[in-house]
Amino acid sequence: MKRLRILALMLPLLALSACKKAPSDSADASASGDIPIGEFASLTGATASFGQSSHKGTQMAVDEINAGGGVLGRKLRLVTEDDQSKPGEAAIVVRKLISRDKIVALLGEVASSRSLEAAPICQQAGIPMISPASTNPKVTEAGDMIFRVCFIDPFQGTVLSKFALSKGWKRVAVLTDVKQDYSVGLSQFFKAHIAANGGQVVSEQSYSSGDKDFKAQLTAIKGTDPEAILASGYYTEAGLIASQARELELNVPLLGGDGWDAPALVEVGGKAIEGSFFSNHFSDEDAAPSIQAFLKKFEAKYGQKPDAMAALGYDSAMILADAIKRAGATDGLKLKEAIAATKNFPAVTGNITLNAQRNADKPAVMLVVKEGKFRYVETVSP
Amino acid sequence: MRPRIILLLVIAAFASVSFCFTGHPEAAWPLAQLDDYLLNILLMAGINVILAVSLNMVNGYTGQFSLGHAGFMAVGAYGSAAITQIQGKVLLETFGFLGAAAPVFLFSLAVLAGGILAALAGLAVGLPSLRLKGDYLAIVTLGFGEIIRVMLQNTESLGGARGLTGIPPRTTLGWTWAIAALSVYCVGSLVRSTYGRGFLAVRDDEIAAEAMGIHTTAYKVTAFVVGSFFAGLAGALYAHMICYISPEGFSFMKSVDVVVMVILGGMGSTAGVTLAAIGLTFLNEVLRQMQEYRMVAFSLLLIVLMITRPQGLIGDLARFLPGRRRLKP
Amino acid sequence: MNEFLQQLINGLSLGAIYALIALGYTMVYGVLRFINFAHGDVFMVGAFSAMYAARWMAPHTAAWPQWLSALCVLGAAMLLCALLGILVERLAYKPLRERPRLTVLITAIGVSQLLEYTAQLVFGAAPRGFPSLITTRSIAGLGGLHLSNIQALVLLVSALLLAGLHFIVMRTRMGLAMRAMSLNPTAAMLMGVNNSVVISFTFGLGSALAAAAAVFYASLYQAIDPFMGVMPGMKAFVAAVLGGIGSLPGAMAGGLILGVLETLVVGYSGLLGISPGYRDAVAFVLLILILLFKPSGLFGKLQREKV
Repeated sequence: MKRLRILALMLPLLALSACKKAPSDSADASASGDIPIGEFASLTGATASFGQSSHKGTQMAVDEINAGGGVLGRKLRLVTEDDQSKPGEAAIVVRKLISRDKIVALLGEVASSRSLEAAPICQQAGIPMISPASTNPKVTEAGDMIFRVCFIDPFQGTVLSKFALSKGWKRVAVLTDVKQDYSVGLSQFFKAHIAANGGQVVSEQSYSSGDKDFKAQLTAIKGTDPEAILASGYYTEAGLIASQARELELNVPLLGGDGWDAPALVEVGGKAIEGSFFSNHFSDEDAAPSIQAFLKKFEAKYGQKPDAMAALGYDSAMILADAIKRAGATDGLKLKEAIAATKNFPAVTGNITLNAQRNADKPAVMLVVKEGKFRYVETVSP
Repeated sequence: MRPRIILLLVIAAFASVSFCFTGHPEAAWPLAQLDDYLLNILLMAGINVILAVSLNMVNGYTGQFSLGHAGFMAVGAYGSAAITQIQGKVLLETFGFLGAAAPVFLFSLAVLAGGILAALAGLAVGLPSLRLKGDYLAIVTLGFGEIIRVMLQNTESLGGARGLTGIPPRTTLGWTWAIAALSVYCVGSLVRSTYGRGFLAVRDDEIAAEAMGIHTTAYKVTAFVVGSFFAGLAGALYAHMICYISPEGFSFMKSVDVVVMVILGGMGSTAGVTLAAIGLTFLNEVLRQMQEYRMVAFSLLLIVLMITRPQGLIGDLARFLPGRRRLKP
Repeated sequence: MNEFLQQLINGLSLGAIYALIALGYTMVYGVLRFINFAHGDVFMVGAFSAMYAARWMAPHTAAWPQWLSALCVLGAAMLLCALLGILVERLAYKPLRERPRLTVLITAIGVSQLLEYTAQLVFGAAPRGFPSLITTRSIAGLGGLHLSNIQALVLLVSALLLAGLHFIVMRTRMGLAMRAMSLNPTAAMLMGVNNSVVISFTFGLGSALAAAAAVFYASLYQAIDPFMGVMPGMKAFVAAVLGGIGSLPGAMAGGLILGVLETLVVGYSGLLGISPGYRDAVAFVLLILILLFKPSGLFGKLQREKV
């Protein structure tokens, strides 16, 4: 009898769950007042340093736009939510931004895994999303509402491989952080390109972020006598890898991606990281006026040097503001068309044109660590 | 009326009322529009209820301390996603004759498969490790949870560290709360059955239970398998709600989150644990502005609770409900 | 062969770190029969206090020889952690002395989380560079083998600490009291042992050991963060169980074995046909195997359950 009662309760629920939903029209924000722009970032937790950087850049861009009178005669209002660098949280805060704060567009995240959570939600809600620094190709594959202002893993992997080959390094070892999707992607595309272009991956090793001891991997790598090592993970581990490699007298240059761009790389790597190369979105040595102006403003506002994440955060907000201006409206579809039409936008991280896959087409720069500073080496075009 | 029935009615009412306001993409009842955010919290609350109630089966009723619940959730999540995402296209064609019902049918299949896979994993983990006791068991289950995570991280066909994208959004309030009700009902019935008294006996005094002829290992493994099954269901629902899963989401921290719900609710009190799971989910949102302090406050709460009220905040209060039969010694 | 020897050296130096942390685990367990889950986090606090101590002392000790200032930093960190350990025991564990072990275990998880998140709040989540207390030098070994001076120091110090602890436990009155308590707390109390003092002493000593391990760990690996204690803590626990929890030489042996095994699995993952990503699984697989086949560990005594 008890069981029957329960079943009776459950059946209608199951039946209801099969019902289809009528298409809903998301209420457009009112035509006057501030324009609410959403941002989600990892302000706390494991990748807090990236999230805080990109947030600073974004905030500065919004302040700058508002100081210049806003767009369409209205001010931008940045609504920021913290996802604590935690899986699952991004989905919730993005839903909150969309349904509670009625944002017209979303900026974020740095980490691809959290952008991947948010992308389907934005796509489904018809809210354009611009990711500043998620390099996983899958992010923008979620649909035509999702954009990014950075290059993607395949491109960065290719850039690093091209650079290694141009230096005459044909025997390369690869050390991947299997816990970071970013590192796995970078290594994967690097390997594919270098193998197809006359190079050879002599050793493939891996670790998980948080590891501190890489001597086992490095000893194995040393046995294969490489000419360079790709350490595709983030800066903390890259610094440790460099110093432990030198201890083992493995004195070949290290290569890395934009995940290296942090002062902590030098703090941890010290002398050992000197002479290593990494690809990045921009170089603060670039004389271009847009870059120098950005550097000056950022230092004045926050009292510190901006990193690539800050520049990308800035660019993402600038491109959005530009698109709102061109669209002349804030509704999702018009905004999406305008963002997609972005062409040769003079951003800090290069002239940005969004391609058919909604990724930014722009060159990467190679930097070298010299005397504790990141010096410009060359620009590599796609 | 017995409190369990009251509890079920509460959950069912919760489910059906919120259902009328549903606004999830795939299935909805267009009576009124529930905003997406609240919907999401309600879904999360339901999933947390399933997780907490199922962990309570192991930790609360059988007295075996498991710290690897997130691992079984991961098995369920990946198992179900393998059906709807990786093999989704092929299977949808196979079931094409069902017409519009095919995706829903496939989803129910996937949820069930997630549960069964997790139960099998629970069996594989439980058989060897449940011979251990107390803190050793806790560490071994923690170890198994981590091993599951490391394996997922290194399995390219399941997306590896990059995770699995493109899982169809199928989880609805109806599904979530129906399964939550099911878990409450199953765990409650199991523990209250003649057979189920054995779980409590194992918890209260293992040696005495054994002396009375109770097959303690069988009871422990059963509790573990049932707990894992529901954790698998929760994982499947989670995967089809977030639509993206990665091994990172099922780390030791997630297990601890569930343990906190169980302890706050009171080990061995389904009503308490259910309320704690719902309460904590909402509290999480209320405290969103002070995130950094939230975890500090929770851990402090855990310590103070253990010293002053080891029976949990809510556990004992449920005793004051009319007609409750006491399950505690 | 050379590569194999180098891997062995790598493994031993990693294992010595695990052994250092495991000694603290095993001390507490030997006396109290409870796993101090927060040990790894006391280790983390040790690293941070050493960092701040080094920074604070730097202007005052600039003229001193390097080893002396390093020793001061080490002493400061050990003292701070010993106080923290005693404080945690008094506030969180003492009220639970007569309660079931699970209650204590859950409290320990709470303490562990409290330390981690408080540290995150205070120190920030991003990894910080650890000041180099001793300049790293490579001690040139035979035939192109490499061993840094810090690695050698870690091995030496862990051996010394083992001997010192052995002396304390076997030759001092406090050690006698600790052993008596571990055999039977009630009987020990009746014989005039002040249990509270013994427990506080054990906690203080164990936490100081954790701090010492942290200083060496941070000197070796230069970066510290609020969650740095989680994995080493678990590995050290495995090492302690492997050696037979409660046994000091066992903890040492367990740490070294685990370090070597982990290093070899990573170094020869190609030959074994697995991904080096399984590194963290090694410890847990080992733990499960040892608990299933020889729960008393390598050096431990089997405990019969009494009714």
